[in-house]
Amino acid sequence: MGERLRVLIAKPGLDGHDRGAKVVARALRDAGMEVIYTGLRQTPEMIVEAALQEDVDAVGLSILSGAHMTLVPRVLQGLREAGLDHIKVFVGGIIPDEDVPALKEAGVEAIFGPGTSTQTIVEAVRRACSEG
Amino acid sequence: MELAHRILEGDRRALARLISLIEDDGPPARAALAALYPHTGRAHVVGVTGAPGTGKSTLVNELAKGLRRRGATVGIVAVDPTSPFTGGALLGDRVRMRDLAGDPGIFIRSMATRGSLGGLARATGDVVKVLDAAGFAVVLVETVGVGQAEVDIARTAHTTIVVEAPGLGDDVQALKAGLMEIADILVVNKADRPGAAQTARALEVALELGRNSAGPGTDAAWRPPVLKTVALDGSGVAEVLDAISAHRAYLESSGLWSRRERERARADLTGALERELLARLLARVGEAALEEWAERVARREADVYTAVQALLG
Repeated sequence: MGERLRVLIAKPGLDGHDRGAKVVARALRDAGMEVIYTGLRQTPEMIVEAALQEDVDAVGLSILSGAHMTLVPRVLQGLREAGLDHIKVFVGGIIPDEDVPALKEAGVEAIFGPGTSTQTIVEAVRRACSEG
Repeated sequence: MELAHRILEGDRRALARLISLIEDDGPPARAALAALYPHTGRAHVVGVTGAPGTGKSTLVNELAKGLRRRGATVGIVAVDPTSPFTGGALLGDRVRMRDLAGDPGIFIRSMATRGSLGGLARATGDVVKVLDAAGFAVVLVETVGVGQAEVDIARTAHTTIVVEAPGLGDDVQALKAGLMEIADILVVNKADRPGAAQTARALEVALELGRNSAGPGTDAAWRPPVLKTVALDGSGVAEVLDAISAHRAYLESSGLWSRRERERARADLTGALERELLARLLARVGEAALEEWAERVARREADVYTAVQALLG
């Protein structure tokens, strides 16, 4: 049996809307991936710990609160400190255009705004993880 | 071998990596398992099973917190189903276990069943062994939400907890074969809801009937306690922890611990033999031959037993 992609879907921060995260989790599941869904209000430390224990290939962060410029870098730094820099990080939610370059510079693989099709997300995750 | 060594040193990343290798199966996983096997046999393996929505994950969360307060380290394996159509899975048990984050005495791993039907994944038993070797004093195994006959957990765990909730069925459900028979401890969760007392009573009655008609293999000296919990606020959980300790003491004093170990070793061995023999046969005759015979069986040109004899012969 070949290796199956494992993806962690997490919602860092304090906003309580996880519909988007659930839609993405479901789409990745339907694409044949194993999706570990952690639910609301995760701290960056919790996300890094879960990514380590679950040995995932990718982490998807859903952020609608506007706190992405503090939360995302802390997750990336935590992953690096844990020796997990091979894990691809994706961000979904409401991210203003002007913040996109900085997040990509910090190491985010791709950013998906409102209206992105789930097919686009599935393909991006698959492509990034197959690059190794 | 390197991976096994790192795990014995307490490297959690190596532990996580080996679990993935075991799930994917193959020579590196087997080498590491062989190296770790002498270090297994110390953990108390506790299974938590029951229908979907009875509160298994929430109960596991509370049990783990209680075990930590009592000084034990805890490994958790939480199994959820793989879609038979896409091969994907949504593993959501961590949602109920957020209290356990940040504790180095806890390690949680979510597993997909990947086609196994008995309530666990093929690899669950081996993953339990790795957590055992890594030094966790208790390994909690949460099965998928089960129906009536997914009882693989009883072969993997020393102590099996069957979780029920009020309002899921009448007392005839409690008399049916399967799940009830593997319970070492019965928990009626969501006991703050209407009907909890009736559910507990129905379970007690079913247990009494079972004792009166005790057949061979029935453990007459251990009467499974029926305990009520509200896992959401932790009430009744201390009593479940006491029952887990009492059951372990009973297994050890009665000699059942070593008997269960031997039964498990036998089941592991026959399971591994079946898989290995099938793999070797397929390597010899080829997938094409299997497909060809499947086609002939479907066309009514041969029955399955004739096909088996032809493939083996």
